[in-house]
Amino acid sequence: MYAFVTGPLAWLSFTVFIVGIIARVIWYFRGLNWQMDRVAYKEHMAYGIKGAIRSIVFWLIPFGTHSWRFYPFFTICFFTFHIGLLFTPLFIYGHNVLLQERFGWSLWAMPESVALFMTVAVIIAALFIILRRNALPEVRIITKPYDYLVLVIAVAPFVTGLLANFQVGNYNFWLIAHILAGEIFLVAIPLTKLSHFIGFFLSRAQLGMDYGIKRGGMKSKGLSW
Amino acid sequence: MPEGKLCNRQTVDTEEQLQALLNDKSGKQYYEEMNHLDVDAKALYATIQKTLKSRLRTWLEICAHCGMCADSCFFYLANKKDPTQVPSYKIQATLGEIVRRKGNVDNAFMQMVMDTAWSKCTCCNRCGMYCPFGIDMGVMFGYLRGLCFSQGFVPWELKIGSGMHRIYQAQMDVTTEDWVDTCEWMAEEYEEDWPGLTIPIDKQDADIIYTVNAREPKHYPEDLAEAAILFHLAGEDWTVPSQGWEETSLAMFAGDWGACKIQVESVYAAMKRLNPKRMVVTECGHAYRATVVEGPYWAGLKGGQTPIPSFHYVEWVAEALRTGKIKIDPAKRIKEPVTYQDSCNYIRNAGLSDIAREIMSYIAEDFREMRPNREHNFCCGGGGGLNGIGRYREQRNVGLKVKRDQILATGCKLVIAPCHNCWDAIRDLEEEFKIGIRWSFLKPLLIKMAIVPEHLKPEE
Repeated sequence: MYAFVTGPLAWLSFTVFIVGIIARVIWYFRGLNWQMDRVAYKEHMAYGIKGAIRSIVFWLIPFGTHSWRFYPFFTICFFTFHIGLLFTPLFIYGHNVLLQERFGWSLWAMPESVALFMTVAVIIAALFIILRRNALPEVRIITKPYDYLVLVIAVAPFVTGLLANFQVGNYNFWLIAHILAGEIFLVAIPLTKLSHFIGFFLSRAQLGMDYGIKRGGMKSKGLSW
Repeated sequence: MPEGKLCNRQTVDTEEQLQALLNDKSGKQYYEEMNHLDVDAKALYATIQKTLKSRLRTWLEICAHCGMCADSCFFYLANKKDPTQVPSYKIQATLGEIVRRKGNVDNAFMQMVMDTAWSKCTCCNRCGMYCPFGIDMGVMFGYLRGLCFSQGFVPWELKIGSGMHRIYQAQMDVTTEDWVDTCEWMAEEYEEDWPGLTIPIDKQDADIIYTVNAREPKHYPEDLAEAAILFHLAGEDWTVPSQGWEETSLAMFAGDWGACKIQVESVYAAMKRLNPKRMVVTECGHAYRATVVEGPYWAGLKGGQTPIPSFHYVEWVAEALRTGKIKIDPAKRIKEPVTYQDSCNYIRNAGLSDIAREIMSYIAEDFREMRPNREHNFCCGGGGGLNGIGRYREQRNVGLKVKRDQILATGCKLVIAPCHNCWDAIRDLEEEFKIGIRWSFLKPLLIKMAIVPEHLKPEE
C-alpha cells in the first residue's frame, strides 16, 4: 500500500496538479479579450504590469490593504492559515528526507518545532474560519457545503500528519491517510475552487491591469488598495 | 404572450416606439406586460457562452464566500447589514444561478434579477477593492444588466433612455436645433454681463472641444453659460460641436451595448470633424466614464483611448487654477467648512482623486474630507441610473443614508459635487432627511470667486 500511494499515485497526483495548473493558466489567458473585458492589455503593457504587480503585492502583505485592515481578526486567521498551508509541506523535515532519498536533493528544512507550531496554527486557524462562517450572518448566507468540503480537503493532510507524527493509534494507518490526503489536496487544487491557488494571481493581475490601464492608472500614482 | 407591445426584447430605434413608451405614464402598462414576458432561455445561454469568458467565470468559480465584500457595500450598510445585500450573495443568486441553470430561468426569476441588478447595485465597483481575489461585482452586475436588457427585463426609464440615445444621440430628446438654439440663447443672455462672451459652435481646430450632459441644455442651460464664462475668463480657444455634444450614456446604465457604441461614436465623429486638440467634459461622472473610459472599447478603438486626449472638467479646473488662467480672489475663498463628494466614476474608476484635492486647496479654507474618501468613498446612493428609476425610489432613498451620515460626520453644510448623479442624490437626500446642507457644482462657485480682469468687465 505504502509503495502504491508513494509511487504511481504520487506521480499521478503531481501530474494532475502541474498539468491542471498549466491548463488553468492557458485557459485564463486565452479567455481574456481586450474589447469584452474593456482593457487594452497589449497596447499599454507597461501600465498593465505595474498595475498587476501593485494589485498582487499589496494583497500579499498582511494588513497591506484597506480590506485587510478593516477585518483584522480574519486577516490574522487568513495569513496564518495560508502561510502554514504553503510553507509547512515544502519545508518540513520529513518531506525533505524523502526528497533526498528519492532524488538526491532537498530544500531547506525548518526545525521540527516550527513545523509543529505551523501545523497546529493551520488547524486552529481553520477552526476559527469555520466558527466565523457560522457566527457571522453575512458569511453564513453565502456559505455552501462545498466551502466546508474544500476546507476539509486543505486541512486533512495537517490533521493526519499530526496524528501520524504523534503515533496516535496505528502509525501506518495515519501515514497512509496523510499521504492520500495530500494527494487529494494536490488533485483538488486545479479541479475545484482551490484553483484560487493560481486564480488569485490571475484574477488580481487582471483587475490590477484594469485599474492600471483603464481605470485611472495612467492619470494617477495608482489605486490605493 | 411571448413579448409585449412596450416590454419586449426589441431595441427602441424609432420615434413612434419611443413615444409609445413615453405615453405609458410611470411604465404601468410596461411593467404589466413584463409579467408575461417570456424568457428566451436559448438566446440567453447562447449569449452567456459567447461572452462569459475566463475572467468572469473565474470570479464566479473561485469566490471563497468569505464575506469580506459585505461592509464595502453601502446598500448592505444602509439596510442594517441585511445579509441578502452582501455583494457576493447578490451576484451568486443572480448571474451565478443563471449560469448554473444554463439560462433555464423563468419570468419571476428574471424580474428578481432585474430588481437586484438595478436596485441593489449601482455598479460603484467598491466591492472589487475589498475582495482578496479582486472579484469586481460591479463589473459583473454591468454584464448582468446587459443580459437583462437583451431579454427585455429592464426598468422602463432606462428602456426609454437607451432609445433616446439611439434616436437623438442624447439621453433626452434634445435635437441638434434645440442644442444650437440653447447655446446661442445662453451666449446672448449673458453677453451683457460678460462682454465678448460667445459659445463658438463647430469651430475648427480649437484647443478645446467642450461636451456636456443633455440635462444641461434641457433643464439647466445656465450651466452651459457658466462653462462659457469660465472658458472666457481663462482665455481658452474652445468650441462645442453642433452634433456629438452629449457625453452621458443611459445606455450604459441600461446595458444596451449597441446604443452605447452609437452614442460614443457620435462624440468621436465630432472630434474628427472639428480637429480640436483635446476634449473637456462637463461636471458629470458617468458621462466621463462612458465616453472617455469605457467608450473607446465599445467603439473598437484598440488603444482604449479617445481619438484626442480627453479630460474631466475637474482636470481642466485644476489646470486653470494651477497655471493662473483663472485666479481666485483670496478674500472670496470658501470660508465655511466644505466637503467634496468623490464620484465613483471619475475618482475610483478614473484616478482623479488628487486633482479634486488640488482644486480644494485653491478654493477652500476649511476643506474637510468625508470618511472614507478618495477611491474608497461610498457611492452617493444614486449612481448606476438608480436616481432615475421610479420603481426603485424607496430602495434608493434607504441607500442615501450612508452618504447622509458621511456628510453629517464632516460637520459641513456645503458639499461640492462635480457630478450630476451625485448632485441629484445629495439634493434628494436633503429633501428626504432635511439635514440642512447645500450642494453645488464647481462652476457657480468658481465664477463667484474668480478675479475678473479689467478688460473683461462690462462698461459701467
